[in-house]
Amino acid sequence: MITLDNVHKSFGSNKVLRGVTLTIPRGESMVIIGGSGTGKSVALKSVLGLVTPDQGTITVDGEDVTRVERDAFLARFGMLFQGGALFDSLSVWQNVAFRLLRGSLKRPKDEAREIAIEKLRRVGLKPEVADLFPAELSGGMQKRVGLARAIAAEPEIIFFDEPTTGLDPIMSGVINELIREIVVEMGATAMTITHDMTSVRAIADKVAMLHDGVIKWTGNVADMDDSGDPYLDQFIHGRSDGPIEAVR
Amino acid sequence: MSVLAPVAAVGRGTLAILAAIGRITIFTLQTLGHMIRPPFYFKELFQAVMNIGYFSLPVVGLTTFFTGGALALQIYAGGARFNAESVVPSIVAIGMVRELGPVLGGLMVAARVASSIAAEIGTMKVTEQIDALVTLSTHPMKYLTVPRVLAATLVVPALIAVGDTIGIMGGYIVGITRLDFNAANYINNTVDFLQTWDVTSGLLKGAVFGFIIALMGCYYGMNSGRGAQGVGHATKSAVVAASILILASNYLLTELFFSA
Ligand SMILES: Nc1ncnc2c1ncn2[C@@H]1O[C@H](COP(=O)(O)OP(=O)(O)O)[C@@H](O)[C@H]1O
Ligand SMILES: [Mg+2]
Repeated sequence: MITLDNVHKSFGSNKVLRGVTLTIPRGESMVIIGGSGTGKSVALKSVLGLVTPDQGTITVDGEDVTRVERDAFLARFGMLFQGGALFDSLSVWQNVAFRLLRGSLKRPKDEAREIAIEKLRRVGLKPEVADLFPAELSGGMQKRVGLARAIAAEPEIIFFDEPTTGLDPIMSGVINELIREIVVEMGATAMTITHDMTSVRAIADKVAMLHDGVIKWTGNVADMDDSGDPYLDQFIHGRSDGPIEAVR
Repeated sequence: MSVLAPVAAVGRGTLAILAAIGRITIFTLQTLGHMIRPPFYFKELFQAVMNIGYFSLPVVGLTTFFTGGALALQIYAGGARFNAESVVPSIVAIGMVRELGPVLGGLMVAARVASSIAAEIGTMKVTEQIDALVTLSTHPMKYLTVPRVLAATLVVPALIAVGDTIGIMGGYIVGITRLDFNAANYINNTVDFLQTWDVTSGLLKGAVFGFIIALMGCYYGMNSGRGAQGVGHATKSAVVAASILILASNYLLTELFFSA
């Protein structure tokens, strides 16, 4: 279980998070929605310790994330970054197998490569891309390699930052199914950021909407349509008029 | 307020410099700490040795070659004022191995290597690759900084040794083609007057310069601002800081090694 309790974070005078409180039960798929620039990525990074909150506490299974043993803690996580964040000095398969080639999860090179190719297949990429370099791939392909890397070591907790942005509708469908599968099959806890309402309906157990630095609404995905919350309604229907200003 | 504005500006500048010195000192200590604790990334070390050392050879070689030649001409012209043209070989050799080889070689490597390290690590920072490393349980200091700093410290002295040799050769070629020196005499003169400490002191300087170069590249890369502009700024700062620190530490080391 992951909890965020009254988390604040500012960058200079830019107050991004202003008291985020959120609980993600173990084995559930939480989707965070909200306008771009509202701090969704910052919230995700706070849990991983990549961003240090100014105030508030974050716990994973009851343990404060600032006090855990970092290596063991991070070994439980997989993360897909918004921009892919592939290492451009390494080939695609070495990116995917990064964790399996060094550290505590290290295994023989051939085996690591096989696992990498299998994970690439799961995200809809052919074995031929294994030996290419990230710069030789399209944006959508890079995203999928990032996804393959996030799931390579079969983590218990997975964060996906905009997994389907930049993908065509069919590939988005494939990725949505994959995320759903990972949660159901592996029993993983997932936290996904997306703007894509199709994705939300496909992968969420629970939805949380971030706006103005706080969680404006959270609940089961089934309750999303008749929440009566004007912010959520405006967002899910993509209306330009409503409480959320279109100019930000 | 307006009267004090210049004073305040100086104060802010001073504070900023002190803060930077503090942060760089902490970064240096962290680097040294990670250097002696596992895990060690040997493949990355080897790659850094190739990038920093091997591929800098042409730059350093050309720099010292032309410098050696110019030095021979200058010393000949200067020596002629005291009928002391015969000092050319020994002064070229001593000047080269003690000062010009390490300093000019160091500055050229700073331009080439500090900039590329800062740009590479800065881009990794901006594109979240550093964050990705952390989430993959790999410490960026151990994986990126330590191999580069270690490689530069080991390999810049070797570069300087090659550069010294090429520089002396530049002086030799000018000496025998333009200044009527006898080839055998020139070589004997060089070898006879050159002492081991002349050479080793220069190589020690090279090690310190190598350390500074890679450290500055990594520091400014890791602390790069956001976007392309951030990376550009980091690259520039790394080269400027490395160059100034090379020149300053060169003075201090010369003082330490040679002041009577
Ligand atoms: N490292 C950083 N330094 C300064 N500002 C940042 C940093 N990371 C994010 N921000 C700012 O925080 C805000 C939220 O960013 P982000 O979480 O990426 O938004 P999104 O909800 O689209 O993922 C933005 O205004 C962004 O400029
Ligand atoms: Mg984001």
